[in-house]
Amino acid sequence: MNTLVCISHVPDTTAKINFTSDGSSLDAAGVQFVINPYDEFGLTKALHLKESLGGTITVLNVGGPETEPTLRKALAIGADQAVRIDAIPSDAITVAQNIKNHISANSYDLIICGQESIDYNGQQVPAMIAALLQLPFTNACVGLNLSGSEATTKAEIDGGHATFKATLPMVIGGKKGLVEEKDLRIPNMRGIMSARSKPLKIEVAVDGVAPTKAVSFDKPVVKTAVRMIDPENVEELVRLLHEEAKAI
Amino acid sequence: MSVFVYVEDWNGAYKKSSFEAVSYARIWANSLNTSVTALTSSVVSNPSVLGEYGADHVLTFEIAKTGFGLAQQLQALIQNASGVVISGTNFGKSVAPAFTALISGALSSNTTSTPITISPLTVKRGAFSSKGIETIELSSEMPIICFVPNSIGVQEFPTACTVTETQAKGNDLLSVEEITIASGKIALPEADVVVSAGRGLKGPEHWGMIEALADVLGAATACSKPVSDIGWRPHNEHVGQTGIQVNPNLYIAIGISGAIQHLAGVSASKTIVVVNTDPEAPFFKAADYGIVGDAFQVVPKLVDTLRAFKADQ
Repeated sequence: MNTLVCISHVPDTTAKINFTSDGSSLDAAGVQFVINPYDEFGLTKALHLKESLGGTITVLNVGGPETEPTLRKALAIGADQAVRIDAIPSDAITVAQNIKNHISANSYDLIICGQESIDYNGQQVPAMIAALLQLPFTNACVGLNLSGSEATTKAEIDGGHATFKATLPMVIGGKKGLVEEKDLRIPNMRGIMSARSKPLKIEVAVDGVAPTKAVSFDKPVVKTAVRMIDPENVEELVRLLHEEAKAI
Repeated sequence: MSVFVYVEDWNGAYKKSSFEAVSYARIWANSLNTSVTALTSSVVSNPSVLGEYGADHVLTFEIAKTGFGLAQQLQALIQNASGVVISGTNFGKSVAPAFTALISGALSSNTTSTPITISPLTVKRGAFSSKGIETIELSSEMPIICFVPNSIGVQEFPTACTVTETQAKGNDLLSVEEITIASGKIALPEADVVVSAGRGLKGPEHWGMIEALADVLGAATACSKPVSDIGWRPHNEHVGQTGIQVNPNLYIAIGISGAIQHLAGVSASKTIVVVNTDPEAPFFKAADYGIVGDAFQVVPKLVDTLRAFKADQ
């Protein structure tokens, strides 16, 4: 069982997001970076599969050298080897093409991505990798069971769930449910020590012309001051929701 | 040339986001002085209704069951397009990137605005889990837009429309075994009103009043992350940065303090009401209306008042 786990290096969920003064990019000063939470569920699922089926877990990130601590953390949690494709991940299709090239040159039974990264919220790369390789794909994947080379996946769909069957190799875009929050692992000292000697390979990216480009970033408009209502006077709330907010 | 739009159906019926997708395509097509071609499933009985929202032509076909299969069909059917619109439903989110990969196109997902400039095309999209707004430029002959439902709104553009049946081949690479739809419940991403509750409710046995409030408002129910983590409510009700992101017209938060991760998933809501015992709860800063009070007293009163209000309407 050779699993590839694609991970993004993203600002911590508690981070306050600011942009550079020209609005061109994230102001990374003082921001703590972590493994994208969706990917962490996927990495943990890969560890569970390795524990029952054996095999190797490779973690992959498309990014600059500053993302290596995030890859090392994934190694400390239990991945066997890491790959960093050296490119600035500014456009989804370029990222997907680079990951596709890596997958084509290697042999994986399963490619686990998080449903989306919490920085650019594209929810594009996993489906693009699958389409480029013509592999089965389950998005919003909240369950994965393997029986030999047959995979059963469970996905969130609008208003419910769907179950699919596919033959490996396949790609999933995972989220919580794949494993539970309590299953997530924190690296221990032994893991951190062993991560230092695990292989972290740097691969050269293939340059492509990015068809999309961020022009600028802004912060959302801040709400005007909240209007407080007396708890004894919920009639006033209902009136305001109807007449002022026109929400009911 | 035409702006193409894929119009999703649910077992043969359209939802608001289906019409919103056509409205989006019409607004875009008007700025390009071109027509709108809608692609939709042949199981829909009244495809000509899409004319009310601006479709000039409707092509119906037997749609594939998976995102990739449909993406291949779109590749076969979409010719001479000046742009493509797909709504950002769960299904749409697997169709749009697969289609983009097949045609090596340019996609803006999580889009929250109609086109700002036409050539080159720029639109706004949510980034950093609603903590940022990105203006993105798409350099492509045929840019693809996947928009957030309820971000544009449904607009009517009555148009004389023709319906033509067609066919296209799409390969589903996996088989659909089972589909379960929670019956009688309003799906969170589709809901106009969402009633959400957190640990302030003290236990899952107290959700009856939340459901009563949702019921009177025709709302979907949701919860905070801690509540789904401890198993009081199912995961698919968790809204927030790593759960479902919602943008209803009205979001009512009961007993949720408003951690930054929760706000990230709900701050795009048009109106936010917060009920919390703690006047210092950070959620009040993100709210339009706030009540400092005990949910166990405020919610039942609110349910009664809303019932009376609805009865008068």
